[in-house]
Amino acid sequence: MADHVAPIDLLAFARAVSSGDVRVIDLTQTLAQEFPTIVLPPELGQCAPFRIEEVSRYDERGPAWYWNNISLGEHTGTHFDAPIHWISGKDLPENAVDTIDVRKFIAPACVIDCSKECAANPDFALTIPFVKQWEAHHGQIEPGSWVLLRTDWSKRSYPDYAGLRDDGAHTPGPEPAVVKWFVEARDVHGFGTETIGTDFGQGHHFNPPYPAHFYMHGKGRFGLQCLTNLDLLPPKGAIIIAAPLKIKQGSGSPLRVLALVAAAAK
Amino acid sequence: MASGMTRKPYDGVVACAPVTIPYRRYSTNSAQWWIGRALHALIKAAGLRPSDIDGFAASSFTIAPDTAVGLTQHFGLTPRWLDHIPFGGASGIVALRRAARAVQAGDAEIVACVGGDTNHVDSFRKTLSTFSRFAQDAVYPYGSGGANASFALITKNYMNRYGARREDFAKLCIAQRDNALSIPHAMMKRKLTLDEYMSARPIADPIHLFDCVMPCAGAEAFLVCREDIAKSLDLPAIRILSTVERHNAYPTDPIQVRGGWALDADELWSMAGLKPKDVDFVETYDDYPVIMMMQIEDTGFCKKGEGPDFVRTHSFTNEGTFPHNTSGGQLSVGQAGAGGGFLGLTEAMHQLIGKPIGTQVPDARIGLVSGFGMINYDRGLSSCAAVLARAA
Amino acid sequence: MTEPLVRPKRKNPLKRTRLPLSPQGTRSRTAHGLTAAAAEGRFALQTCLDCGAVVYPPRDACPSCLSARLPFRDVANGGTLLAETTVQTSTDPYFRERMPWRVGAVKLDAGPIVVAHLHGDVVESGRVRLEFKLDRSGSAVAIALPEKDTQNMADDPHLREMTCDPKFRRVLITDGRSVVGQAMAKTFSDAGAGIVFVGLANVWKPFPGLDTLRKIERVEIIPLDITDTESVTEQAEQNGARIDIVVNTAEHVRAGGIVGRHGMTIAREEMDIRYFGLLRLAQAFGPVLRSRGADGVNSATAFVNLLSVHALMNWPEFGSYSAAEAACLSAAQCMRAELRPGGVKVVNVMFGPLDTEWFQTVPPPKVTPAALANAVIRALKQGVEDVFVGDVAEDVRARLAVNPKALEREMAG
Repeated sequence: MADHVAPIDLLAFARAVSSGDVRVIDLTQTLAQEFPTIVLPPELGQCAPFRIEEVSRYDERGPAWYWNNISLGEHTGTHFDAPIHWISGKDLPENAVDTIDVRKFIAPACVIDCSKECAANPDFALTIPFVKQWEAHHGQIEPGSWVLLRTDWSKRSYPDYAGLRDDGAHTPGPEPAVVKWFVEARDVHGFGTETIGTDFGQGHHFNPPYPAHFYMHGKGRFGLQCLTNLDLLPPKGAIIIAAPLKIKQGSGSPLRVLALVAAAAK
Repeated sequence: MASGMTRKPYDGVVACAPVTIPYRRYSTNSAQWWIGRALHALIKAAGLRPSDIDGFAASSFTIAPDTAVGLTQHFGLTPRWLDHIPFGGASGIVALRRAARAVQAGDAEIVACVGGDTNHVDSFRKTLSTFSRFAQDAVYPYGSGGANASFALITKNYMNRYGARREDFAKLCIAQRDNALSIPHAMMKRKLTLDEYMSARPIADPIHLFDCVMPCAGAEAFLVCREDIAKSLDLPAIRILSTVERHNAYPTDPIQVRGGWALDADELWSMAGLKPKDVDFVETYDDYPVIMMMQIEDTGFCKKGEGPDFVRTHSFTNEGTFPHNTSGGQLSVGQAGAGGGFLGLTEAMHQLIGKPIGTQVPDARIGLVSGFGMINYDRGLSSCAAVLARAA
Repeated sequence: MTEPLVRPKRKNPLKRTRLPLSPQGTRSRTAHGLTAAAAEGRFALQTCLDCGAVVYPPRDACPSCLSARLPFRDVANGGTLLAETTVQTSTDPYFRERMPWRVGAVKLDAGPIVVAHLHGDVVESGRVRLEFKLDRSGSAVAIALPEKDTQNMADDPHLREMTCDPKFRRVLITDGRSVVGQAMAKTFSDAGAGIVFVGLANVWKPFPGLDTLRKIERVEIIPLDITDTESVTEQAEQNGARIDIVVNTAEHVRAGGIVGRHGMTIAREEMDIRYFGLLRLAQAFGPVLRSRGADGVNSATAFVNLLSVHALMNWPEFGSYSAAEAACLSAAQCMRAELRPGGVKVVNVMFGPLDTEWFQTVPPPKVTPAALANAVIRALKQGVEDVFVGDVAEDVRARLAVNPKALEREMAG
């Protein structure tokens, strides 16, 4: 029984948010039509880009109000990947955005900064040694943490951001081994990136292909992509609020990703 | 076309009581108003009550959506014979010959024949654009020059072919203008000089300003009845010696150089028992000078192609060798729509009665009136003529 | 000899833009047989099946034998100009501001007399070729052209009123990513277009041909995504007033039928790119095109719709694609009615399978992108409204005219 435990002072937390003692950092890209989406071979099904159509704007279509209809894919803009998204997670329990335990939408984050490495090399691949080196500085990744890969990719122009060349996308991402290790050795909550996907741009050629999707979702972990402002987060100590829309059997969802950071933490 | 059967003369039938409702350039009144004025003038002139009129023939471009049927209720008439004759420049003579046969057959006793139109600011354009199906389909979309452009092509071709010059047309127009100077309601009130004619602004080459009529509002009318009725009403009467009517003559002529008169002239004169030289004056339909020249040729005053020479060797005022369009015609008094198809007829009647609105042709006993109407596509389709004489 | 058109000066932005006017377009139903012929650039007159008479103006009975069997048939268009006139005054506002205007009577070798507009290079009693063109009202009119082509003859002001010649006009190619779009840009540049705006969506997505596209003379690449209303609107706001011809090259070709296809995603994309894309273009560019129909030498003149001929008859192998094309065809008919007041033509260019990636598995005959582009230029120069490009397109049209049901059954394989 826990009745002897002092209740958490949520009001104090709210006051801290209000006063700025707890900073709220928006990790979300604005949903905009021109924002790049994942590119697949054209004969395959495609993720719909974000589109917005005015329903009325204080005019004959609705005299006193302004509103829009929007359309987009589950994986458009800053978005959340549920385990059901990948074939490896298709049979897991509570694997869709509407069935995931809502407690999992709030979790701490470890931010691995490889922005320097990526600046010169869009084909930067995250490896176990690199992460171990990070752990040597910041301590081991605690179980249940989001691992967020800071690449500063979100600061790039769209062509550079998409990184498309004749042989496909060139954007940084994790090697298969490190993803497997995150899941098995560190029991991470999920993996998040600034790039269009959680995987390495040329991840198609890995074994397995797209390991971030394969391993994370295969073990019921989550993905976040198209994040921004990761440079404003401390390596450790940020709490991520990432609650996808409650889409019936949804494989993912655009969402507003917020990070809570104690003012003193950075 | 020789039928072998001799046409019946119009014995015992006369035209009388010619009336003209003075023209106005534009009118805010309706065509019904103008036709109503003409009917009113007719009963006043003849001393009749409206109910005495048991036959009615109406001609107008601007009475839509009415027809002659609607007009009977509008004017409170109860005719036992009714005709709607929207034949433009052929309306007057066609109305005359139909009414004459109706009276002769006893279908009606007193027939009022009225041609009149209003002219609103926009009526002319509307009339042009919807004049006929062929005009709508195949003429109006080509520059929308109206009859001017169609007659320009006819005139150009005639000039090329027969050597007519603008000066020849000028002579006819100038003479008519002289005749019009004594008509108080004429649209054109000043003498026309050769210089003015020649230097007038081009409308559709070779048609220039003074080759064109001025559209206006007005009405013309007359009665047709038995000679004894005219006598009992004390109305001077006009005998109808002969008439002809023809539509779409010579359809294979590439461009019109002749009208139906050429087909019917022999019949016209033989029925009248006269020759062209017997007439004292001629009223041709004068929407454009080239058509006057064709009428002079085709009714038999000279051969085809001799029109220009005929003009050069005659004079056309009321005192001239060939008194022609004695009230100035439409070119000078104005074209009151379908009233223009009555103008020559009423003027001829005035002349024969001896009470013209303008100057009298000396000793006018026999007159030829010809009509021409309806540019349906590239040519005028309807032609008609009547030889009239003062009743003894 | 026709005076060559000079490149129009840049427009004084403070000057009033004249409103477009049209000549009278009302015709009898029968006379629209000429409209049908003119729309395709054919010279057809009614020909009596019983006595062989060639008839004009259009009638509902033969004036030689009173037969009602009077179909429109292609006939020889040679003739002689019998008489001409120059109309100096007109009751019609359209012609009033274009005076003087020459018209004449042409005796056709085939028989009838036709009152016609005259090209500046024809002379009285000379030989002429008569053509039917759609004037700015969208109805057919006859124009007499010199028997043989003359120098700069397309620049004749009367003729240019009835055509959509791209010379000195500014064109928008809506999608430069496709090979058709690239061929179109090149061909319009070669045809003397003043500016060739080429729209590109998702500029972050590179594609082969971009460099070549950039090098084409007078090409200006602009961001334009016809699936994005805001993007289309922005582009129309920015450049709409200096675009005289819109050519919608946006395409979305996928094989597959209706019953057999899995899900709606591709169908939605088809409709979004083709049908809704067309609607977005129409709503954004249509009003300004329509308002600029009389804006000088480079007035707004055409909206070119590239359509699969299978808009007319579904091709089950590309069944859902055909349906989207049919939607575009229907929209184009509405656009015609709406753009007509501006004298702006909606030109439907209907093609058979293209020699492009997405028709990889389709056997020849196929239409190359260059051939399609050339057909568009030809259509604009001719002023036609309905164009069939390639053997398959011609074949579909011919079979449709004879027996639509047979065609439907045969398309099913």
